[in-house]
Amino acid sequence: MGSNIESSKMVQNGPERVHSDKDPMLTYPYYVQRLRHETHDTFTIELRPARAVEMTPFSPGQFNMLYVFGLGEIPISISGDPGNQERLIHTTRAVGAVTKAMMKLKRGNMIGVRGPFGTKWPVKEAMGRDILIVAGGIGLPPLRPALYHILSHRKDYGKVSLLYGTRTPEDILYIKELEKWRARLDLEVFITVDRAKGDWRGNVGVVTTLIPKAPFDPDNALAMVVGPEVMMRFSALELQKRGLTADRIYISMERNMKCGVGLCGHCQLGGVFVCKDGPVFRFDQMKDVFTKREL
Amino acid sequence: MQTLEPLLASHPFLKNLNPEHVKLLVGCATNKVFNPGEFLSQEGEDADLFYFIRDGKVVVEIYSPEHGPITIQTLDGGEILGWSWLVPPYRWRFDARALETTRAIVMDGKCIRQKCENDHSLGYEMMKRFAEIIADRVEATRLQLLDLYGK
Ligand SMILES: Cc1cc2nc3c(=O)[nH]c(=O)nc-3n(C[C@H](O)[C@H](O)[C@H](O)COP(=O)(O)OP(=O)(O)OC[C@H]3O[C@@H](n4cnc5c(N)ncnc54)[C@H](O)[C@@H]3O)c2cc1C
Ligand code: FES
Repeated sequence: MGSNIESSKMVQNGPERVHSDKDPMLTYPYYVQRLRHETHDTFTIELRPARAVEMTPFSPGQFNMLYVFGLGEIPISISGDPGNQERLIHTTRAVGAVTKAMMKLKRGNMIGVRGPFGTKWPVKEAMGRDILIVAGGIGLPPLRPALYHILSHRKDYGKVSLLYGTRTPEDILYIKELEKWRARLDLEVFITVDRAKGDWRGNVGVVTTLIPKAPFDPDNALAMVVGPEVMMRFSALELQKRGLTADRIYISMERNMKCGVGLCGHCQLGGVFVCKDGPVFRFDQMKDVFTKREL
Repeated sequence: MQTLEPLLASHPFLKNLNPEHVKLLVGCATNKVFNPGEFLSQEGEDADLFYFIRDGKVVVEIYSPEHGPITIQTLDGGEILGWSWLVPPYRWRFDARALETTRAIVMDGKCIRQKCENDHSLGYEMMKRFAEIIADRVEATRLQLLDLYGK
């Protein structure tokens, strides 16, 4: 497990890990409490434990391994409010066998849950700073817990901006919640879509074009970015162009996973395991890995 | 008399431009308000103008008979609309329409081209600034074409 030790060294001073004493390979049964369709292919599922277990509290940025019985187990970020640990909330886009089956679950169906796993968003390190939350597509759900935390500790942070880009207006997630956030005076919400018909009255253009519009002091700001890797790379470039240093840009990576806890090597990326050393990484620690084609 | 000089000098596109150059540009500038729905440019027409948007929102769109107007980009206060005035045959490639009440400084492209010919240091400054905007827009268009959020 040489690379395990190496990887641990590499992420020194990176996002904080969260430890749990539960056997990480044990799957716990949960009931589907609610399943809400956000868009034609994306849904939010709310889960409750099927029997009395002590749920390990999750931190913003962490994920669970969700098991659809008989089909398979996949990593999905927790998208709920860390201030309400009673419910487990995940927002998922149906792309393949497991996620499509999950979208068909009904209230009362059972699902297996292992977790929470992985590193967390640097909400402590971000205190006192201006915050930029940059989300592309299905990148908004993994960032939502960080935003919930920041909004419930609003006085601890400077200016806070959410920059969110999707493919079309029909793909926008959490529409009602976005409207509520937009109405707040202590949060700037910028939304853009890549393409739109004439009746859309909002912004059109990629999410990177929102960065110059956001109010922040580049010497004292911190950014959290999630989306497709190309989007994260270009967002990080634009943020750096606006004066943010790479060590104050955090991203969340995705790789295929099996164990979720640093044992199988499935999610290895260069010298790190995405499941254990990530998924949240500091951009300066990952930027070389990012641009290598074979990884 | 109040001139457009301070308005021009405060537009992000002209940030840190030599004040002498700003004075030269003022002679080519007029201030205008566009009502929602009003066109700033129409595809195929002579492009002898460009705009420093002060506030409001402008949509850049292309019209297709099958799909109606398709929005390619939106522009807000602090941004700039139009570089067709720089490139022969000086014709607009897209429609641009005010989505909200929009205040803009309208620049006479012919007038600026002449001033840039007469004063190459102004010409070089303008080219550098437009090159950056064009590069940014090309990059944004490439990302848009990648359809990043598609399956
Ligand atoms: C740490 C972590 C957190 C994640 N959080 C979320 C989340 O919050 N919400 C969410 O929807 N997904 C999330 N994912 C991605 C999710 O795990 C995958 O979409 C899922 O494993 C796909 O499983 P499947 O069996 O449905 O599809 P598969 O059968 O494995 O794949 C079907 C098709 O979809 C493509 N595909 C697989 N994954 C993706 C993807 N991420 N995006 C686009 N296409 C894909 C495959 O290339 C293939 O063509 C996360 C992944 C990681 C590693
Ligand atoms: S998924 Fe097994 S090591 Fe990461």
